[in-house]
Amino acid sequence: MGKVVLKLGRDISTDDIYPGRFMATVLPTETPQFCFHDRTEFNARLNSKQIAPGSFVVADENFGCGSSREQAASAIRGHELNVVARSIARIFMQNAINLGLSLIICPTIEASEGDELELAEGKVVNKTTGKQFATVPLPPARQAIIDAGGLVPYTRKKLLEQPAR
Amino acid sequence: MGMTVVEKILARAAGLPATKAGDVVEPRVDLAMSHENGALVINQFKEIYKDTGREPKPWDPSRIALIFDHRVPAEGPKTATNHKMIRGFAAQHGICKFHDIRGDRGGICHQILPEYGYVRPGSVVVGTDSHTTSHGALGAFSFGIGATEMASVWALGVALNIEVPPTIKVVVRGRFPEFVGPKDLILHIIGKLTAQGANFRVLEFHGETITAMSTSGRLVICNMSVEAGATSGIVPADDETERYLRTEAGVTDPIDRVLPDADAVYESVLEIDVSKLEPQIACPHTVDNVKPVQQVAGKALQQIVIGSCTNGRLDDLAAAARILEGKKVAEGTRMLVFPASGRIYAQALEAGYLKTFMKAGAVVMNPGCGPCLGVHQGALGDGEVALATTNRNFKGRMGNPKSEVYLCSPAVAAASAITGVITDPRAGGR
Repeated sequence: MGKVVLKLGRDISTDDIYPGRFMATVLPTETPQFCFHDRTEFNARLNSKQIAPGSFVVADENFGCGSSREQAASAIRGHELNVVARSIARIFMQNAINLGLSLIICPTIEASEGDELELAEGKVVNKTTGKQFATVPLPPARQAIIDAGGLVPYTRKKLLEQPAR
Repeated sequence: MGMTVVEKILARAAGLPATKAGDVVEPRVDLAMSHENGALVINQFKEIYKDTGREPKPWDPSRIALIFDHRVPAEGPKTATNHKMIRGFAAQHGICKFHDIRGDRGGICHQILPEYGYVRPGSVVVGTDSHTTSHGALGAFSFGIGATEMASVWALGVALNIEVPPTIKVVVRGRFPEFVGPKDLILHIIGKLTAQGANFRVLEFHGETITAMSTSGRLVICNMSVEAGATSGIVPADDETERYLRTEAGVTDPIDRVLPDADAVYESVLEIDVSKLEPQIACPHTVDNVKPVQQVAGKALQQIVIGSCTNGRLDDLAAAARILEGKKVAEGTRMLVFPASGRIYAQALEAGYLKTFMKAGAVVMNPGCGPCLGVHQGALGDGEVALATTNRNFKGRMGNPKSEVYLCSPAVAAASAITGVITDPRAGGR
């Protein structure tokens, strides 16, 4: 269970999530400070630890469109936020899965900032409004990466199955 | 059942007799490209090898390309140190397709790859850059991935868990009117499809307009396919592909044209006639907010940008120079030109285009991505408006969330530079 701390519209780009001018910063340990940087107030709340891990960012369609910059996924991951979106752009979705960011596709989600959300099997429950919204499962091929704990351990396992070069 | 060109490419790369949309495959990768974010790829690559007892060595250094373009020359110590780290990695592993900050071999990755013949029809190309879709212009399946996924490719030589994407067939007919071209076409398509209309899908381009289009123009439409969400844009290889690879990229080895089957299954078909298409503008702050130029003509501009992986090639610079010849950039408007590669810079210098730009008052910059994504020079002030031949107009894209970016063709950009307002090049920008 967690609170909706940011409610966003459609076509939220990775420039919005992680502005290009901070792209020289690459390490997942350093990127979270620039998460939603130009949403100044929200960024300040994140950086001063006023937002609890497990809180929710709720977005409309095409969340994470644009650049392939992985910093966008690692920055949100660093703050341990859940993302619930009506649909998600391909590269961002893959990056999020590869890094173990909690990403929920929920085509009908309705929630306002301050609402309490709960994740359940196949649905998101808005505890504040009492409404439930069905989620779309990730394709099995992607679920395998999540189950392995991300793409780094998944690849490591595959690598060790091959003879050493 | 017939296959689309991407289904066929993926079948070959995965060693399968056939694939169809929705199948999950592990295709061999023919080319793996990164730019400055190679610094993160190297970090993740080393992570994969941690505690394995194995040396982190890429599967095939000859298939890796590393190209500095986003912040060149370095704008600060952090970037310079990233450059240094990548340079060291390239030297250590004998990566020959490494393009450092140089006036001869340097340039934007999406220009260097075609220019040096690194991409072939039927190839599987991955790049840690969303505009890797560009290389579909040469009949390759080419798509953007993140840094960790690239690290995985470097380790294994395959792309893991790739779902074969469904394909939208785009059939383009008619001749472009004067001052209308590939950029207007792709903006029009993105406007029709919306920013997510092709998400997880391929755009496969066909029709007489595409057949007549140069590789330079095909690079524009494939480059911006990602702005409709597409995994890739692709033009099946033809005579023009072969001409480009032979005469411009210096390729001498056999070229294998991989083509879609006549009975290929497409998710949908989009038909477009360009014969009455008007110059198109993408308005703030989404690329699918597309309008004919007349609807936004007169909008005052503080900055014009001509260049980028989308429209920084020689024909783009020629189109702009033709309009700017003997004219001046309007007072109160600044114009930046950044050719897509060192080679194009030299060609534009020889052809006199750069002189035309400079005499008009434009600033000619070195090849690179900088202003397009607000990472290196050309940032906008609060409340300022830019018109650019680049590919994105997201809020904050040009370095300032309190500014606006409009997107257009080189012809519209040049005509507008003279007047200082968005101008229809057909209405006397000449």
